Amino acid sequence: MTRKRPIGALLFFILPFGLLFAAFYLAPILYAIKQSLYKVERTGTFGPAREVFGGLDQYARVLQDGPFWESIGRVLLFGVVQVPVMLGLALVLALLLDSGLVRGKRFFRLAFFVPYAVPGVVAAIMWGFLYSPNLSPFQQVTSAVDLLSADFVLWAMANVVTWVYVGYNMLIIYSSLLAIPQEVYEAAKLDGAGAIRTAVSIKIPLVMPAIVLTTVFSIIGTLQLLAEPAVFRTFSSAVTSTYTPNLTVYSTSSIPNFNLAAAFSVVLALATCVLSFAFLKVTQRGGDK
Amino acid sequence: MKKSLPMLVMGACTLYFLVPIWWLLVAASKSRGEFSSTNPLWFADFKLIDNLRELFAYRDGVFLRWLGNSIVYTGGAALLGTVLAAMCGYALAKYRFPGREAIFNVVLSGVLVPATALALPLFLIFSQFNATNTFWSVFLPSLVNPFGVYLARIYATASVPDELLEAARLDGSGEVRTFFTVSTKLMFPALVTIFLFHFVAVWNNFLLPLIMLGNERLFPVTLGLYTWNTQVNQHPELRMLVLTGALVSIIPLVIAFLLLQRFWRNGLGSGAIK
Repeated sequence: MTRKRPIGALLFFILPFGLLFAAFYLAPILYAIKQSLYKVERTGTFGPAREVFGGLDQYARVLQDGPFWESIGRVLLFGVVQVPVMLGLALVLALLLDSGLVRGKRFFRLAFFVPYAVPGVVAAIMWGFLYSPNLSPFQQVTSAVDLLSADFVLWAMANVVTWVYVGYNMLIIYSSLLAIPQEVYEAAKLDGAGAIRTAVSIKIPLVMPAIVLTTVFSIIGTLQLLAEPAVFRTFSSAVTSTYTPNLTVYSTSSIPNFNLAAAFSVVLALATCVLSFAFLKVTQRGGDK
Repeated sequence: MKKSLPMLVMGACTLYFLVPIWWLLVAASKSRGEFSSTNPLWFADFKLIDNLRELFAYRDGVFLRWLGNSIVYTGGAALLGTVLAAMCGYALAKYRFPGREAIFNVVLSGVLVPATALALPLFLIFSQFNATNTFWSVFLPSLVNPFGVYLARIYATASVPDELLEAARLDGSGEVRTFFTVSTKLMFPALVTIFLFHFVAVWNNFLLPLIMLGNERLFPVTLGLYTWNTQVNQHPELRMLVLTGALVSIIPLVIAFLLLQRFWRNGLGSGAIK
C-alpha cells in the first residue's frame, strides 16, 4: 500500500480489544506466575502472616501433591476415552447427514444440537437426577448399576460431556463436509466408488482440519472439567474436592492458599498448552505427506 | 434395506439427545409428591404453571433477577465482545503494519490458555482494587474473545476484497465508517458465528462467577441453580425449583439457536475449513 497508513483508524480498531486482552489475559497469567513464586510465612503459630519470596517452593509442593497428579491422571484417562468416542460419534453422524441416506436432515441436525444449548451446570444437574437410583426414570438401570459409585461416576460424567458436545462437533464437521466441491464427488463416482468408499477415502481426509480443531478444543475442555464434578459432588460421595485439577485449584484457593493454587493453575495451563500444541504438531506432520 | 440402518442410528441418537430434555419438561410439570410417584416420562396433573409461579416468587423473585443477570452478562458481553473481536481481526486482516503477526500470534496463543486458569489470578487482581463481588468483575473479563479475533481475521481476509476498500476510499469514506457500513455487512455470517461461540462460552463459564461473586443478587442463573442444588438436602422444596429453573434456563437459548442457526452454519463452515 503506497498511501499513508491510517494510524488513527488502526488504533481505534485494535486498542479496545488489545487493552482488554492485556488486562484480563496477559496480566492474570503474569500475576499467577508471580504469586506462585511467593509463600506465606508466619512467625510462630499465631503470628501475623506475611508473604515472602519462596522461589520454586510451591512447584515442589505441586510435584509432591499426590491427589493433584491423581486428578491429572483421571482427566487424561477421561480424555483418552471420551474424546475419541464423542468425535467418532460426531463424525459418523455428520457423514450420515451428508450421505443422502437420511431423510429429515433438518430435524436431526436440530435435535442433535439442542443439548449444546444446555449449560454444563444445568446438564450435570439434569443427568445427576437421571442417574440417582431413587429419582431416575430408568430405575431398572440405576438400581442394577450404581452409576454414581466410585467405579462409574467418571464415565457418568463422560456421558454428560458427550451428550452436550456431540451435536456441536457434528455441526463443525458437517459444515466442512458441505464445503467440499461437488466435482470431487463426480470424479469419485466415475471411478466407481460407493458411499462408504467415498466417505473413507475422500470425505474424512478432506475434513481432517475440522476434526483437528474439534480435538484441540476437546483436549482443552477435558483438562478444564469443573462444572460436572462440582455438581456431581452433591449427588455422589465418590467425587472428592480434588477429583479434577480445576476442582483442586478451586478447593486450594478457598482454604485459602492462593500461592499454591496459583502454582496449580500455572502447571495446568502449561499442561494444556503443551498437550494441545503437541497434538497440533503431530497431526500437521501427518498432513504433510 | 440399505437406508434403514442409517435411519435407525439417527433415531437412536435422537432418543439419546432428546429424552433427557423431555424428562425435564415432564418433571417440571409435576407437583413434588407426583414427581416420585408417577411415571417419570409422562405427565400427571399439569402443575407447570404453579411451579413457575413458585419459582418466580421464591425469595422475592431472586430467580428472575438471575435470569436478568445472565442476559446482561452473556448477551452484553457477547455483543460487545463480538464487535471488539471483529474490529481487531479486521484490522489484522486488512492493514499491513509492523507487529501485525506478533499481535496475531499472542492473541492466538490466548486461545490455548484455559479460561479457568485465568479465573483465580483475576480474582486476586480484582481483590487488590476491592472490585470482587461486583458486576464488572464478571462482565469485563467476559468481553475478551481471542478465538473471535482469529475467526474474524480469517473471514475478513476471505470475504472483504481490497478493491472494495479502495473504492470506498476513493469515494471519501473514512476507514472506520467503511468498516461499519461496508465490511461488517460482508462479514455478517462470521459475526453471527463469533457471537454465538462467545455467547455459549460466557453462558457456560462457571468458575469465574463462582470465584468472584458472593452476593446472590449478582449471580447468573447457572450459579444460582448450582447453589440451590447444593442445598437440596437441607431444603427439599428446592428440588422442584431446581428442575423448573433448569427448564426455564435452557428455553431462551434453544429458541436463539433455532432462530440463528441458518446464519451460523454458513459462518461456521468458512471458519472451520482453514
